Amino acid sequence: MIKVRSLVAALAGVLVATLAHADITIGVSLPLTGPTSALGIPCKNGIMLWPSTVAGEKLNVIILDDATDPTTGVKNARRFVTEDKVDLILGSAATPIAIAMSDVATEAQTVQLALSPIVLPEGKGAWSFRLPQSTAVMAIPIVEYWKKTGVKTFGYLGYSDAYGESWLKDITALAEKAGIKPVAVERFGRADTSVTGQALKLVAANPDAILIGASGSGAAMPHKGLVERGYAKTKIFQTHGAASLDLIRVGGKDVEGSFVSTGPALVAGLLPDSNPSKALGMKYVADYEKAYGAHSANQFGAHVFDAYVVLQRIVPEALKKGKPGTKEFRTALKDALETVGRIPVSQGVLNYTPTDHFGFTPDTGVLVTVANGDWKLAPVK
Amino acid sequence: MDFSIASILMLDGVTNGAIYASLALAIVLVFAVTRVIFIPQGEFVAYGALTLALLQLGRVPGTVWLLLALALLAAVLDALAALRRGLPPGRVAVSAAKALAVPVVVTALTWWAAPQNLPLLLQCLLTLAIVTPLGPLVYRLAYEKLADATVLVLLIVSVGVHFALTGLGLVFFGAEGFRNPSFWDARFSAGALTLSGQTVIIFMVSIAMIIGLALFFERTLRGKALRATAVNRLGARLMGISTSGAGRLSFGLTAFMGALSGLLIGPTTTMFYDSGFLIGLKGFVAAIFGGLASYPAAAVGALFVGLLESFGSFYASAFKEVIVFTLIIPVLLWRSIQHGTQDDEE
Repeated sequence: MIKVRSLVAALAGVLVATLAHADITIGVSLPLTGPTSALGIPCKNGIMLWPSTVAGEKLNVIILDDATDPTTGVKNARRFVTEDKVDLILGSAATPIAIAMSDVATEAQTVQLALSPIVLPEGKGAWSFRLPQSTAVMAIPIVEYWKKTGVKTFGYLGYSDAYGESWLKDITALAEKAGIKPVAVERFGRADTSVTGQALKLVAANPDAILIGASGSGAAMPHKGLVERGYAKTKIFQTHGAASLDLIRVGGKDVEGSFVSTGPALVAGLLPDSNPSKALGMKYVADYEKAYGAHSANQFGAHVFDAYVVLQRIVPEALKKGKPGTKEFRTALKDALETVGRIPVSQGVLNYTPTDHFGFTPDTGVLVTVANGDWKLAPVK
Repeated sequence: MDFSIASILMLDGVTNGAIYASLALAIVLVFAVTRVIFIPQGEFVAYGALTLALLQLGRVPGTVWLLLALALLAAVLDALAALRRGLPPGRVAVSAAKALAVPVVVTALTWWAAPQNLPLLLQCLLTLAIVTPLGPLVYRLAYEKLADATVLVLLIVSVGVHFALTGLGLVFFGAEGFRNPSFWDARFSAGALTLSGQTVIIFMVSIAMIIGLALFFERTLRGKALRATAVNRLGARLMGISTSGAGRLSFGLTAFMGALSGLLIGPTTTMFYDSGFLIGLKGFVAAIFGGLASYPAAAVGALFVGLLESFGSFYASAFKEVIVFTLIIPVLLWRSIQHGTQDDEE
């Protein structure tokens, strides 16, 4: 009975809300199945924790699965803009799909908040904004650390896909500027059964540090492979794609003392109070782990958390210029994103401008090490 | 490259080759007996490794529920077919109960054993008991009715089964990977070469499996029945061999070999719910070496694939998969030149 009554109340609330002003509708496309479901599922978990309103308006969220397939992603995006008349598109969490969806967003003049640091050619993606940090931003703390500790050469072992490629490009550019040379570059695939060949070659080149460009638990196999071939684990670095407890779970003692470049959210508790992300990050971790169990927090849930923080900031601005569901409102959302200035989120500080849709400031990344099966801030040398 | 690097790469290649060999043999076996090109072979590898991983965590793996659901479905279908043929309901019920007995016992055992933190070896046996019956059930539900269809139809069914099993794998095991504990942590050094206990186990079990398979075909009645079915289905049927029974047996063997390979490979790499596919495909490339007919050629092909992969990842890691899978073209060319084109589709 109570359920029925609250349902009636909710329906009445919806009715009143629709009479007063239209709901804000958000279309979300995520890879809930397929090879990148490890990214999509935590994103969906994060959305489930969103409040039901934003800036006093009811929030209407439509979540669709894109099955890690760009064609499906584009179909979802088209459905969002034509049938559902969404005010904003969120997703996808997988790079190739988010790239494909950005064309629809531009065409329909609807803001896309991508959950992947997509790289688009010049002149494209006027309506696409990224929530995760670009690889270029996340490479900064690694290279800074290398500079401080006197690293002169580095090796790279990364996925033979877009993620591995973009890390290689950004770390090489940044490191060479600091006079650090790449001496061995090797690739592997997530489903490979061994990296013995690559590890032999990397260890033989004996670089001062090795960066592994992989994500999730897939980053553990090459890590163990290098350690098995006798490479010092304190000289191995991992990217933010691997910054989840899955790396520690699968890697075990072989990842102890290794380094990971991560956004602030997961290590918020370790940060100094002056860090603008500390409070938000701790709130995210507490909320997420309350709902999904201890040690379940991850960077993907954090990006979705940040999406809501961004909405809280830009929706009031946009409401001044138009009603949800109208073209004016959608344009106002884009203008607000580009002009509202610095937005502290759990993963750093966003500062979108008309020319920079990546947003994150260079001091976003945090270098952590693994100590006793948990994260610790990397010692400052 | 010096001798020590070459020997390390060779060891690595032969180790992986041993795994591919058992998969290649299973693929050849299934094709010979049922003419099914069994693409989902790799899924059994992933199921084996990940079922053990979940047991290690003290959780009841979803594969158990799959086993129970498939067994129920098969029992219901069998019972309906039997009733339609006019068999007395009492006998139908008894045979249904017989068919369900093993899956129910395995389920109950898993339910009880999962939180007990049993020794690794017992958990491995339990894993084999869960995954092996999936083979005959998959055959019963997906292929048996189509046993006389063309190879192409059976191949399309295989693709469907592959997608279904991969999708279920995601539901059962989640998107993140697992790495199982090593069976034997010992290390043996000989110069630059380090032989881990796990590698030794992989070799021993693979060799034992191959010898076991050979003995099974040479010495046992059921093995001979399988060979007879492979040579001539109609002839075997006339001699009183049940071809559908042979099909189920061959699928049972292939699921067993897949799950065992999964247990072997689980401690050496991170397994994901979809890792099995690529591993199975490499077994398939190896099986092509034997023209999907010759066991020794398939085993040699598997070792070659393993070595090629290992040396390929040393010289050109970005092109490793390209090298392995491009290999299929010259092999097919060579085989078709050697044997001429045969259009023997029934």
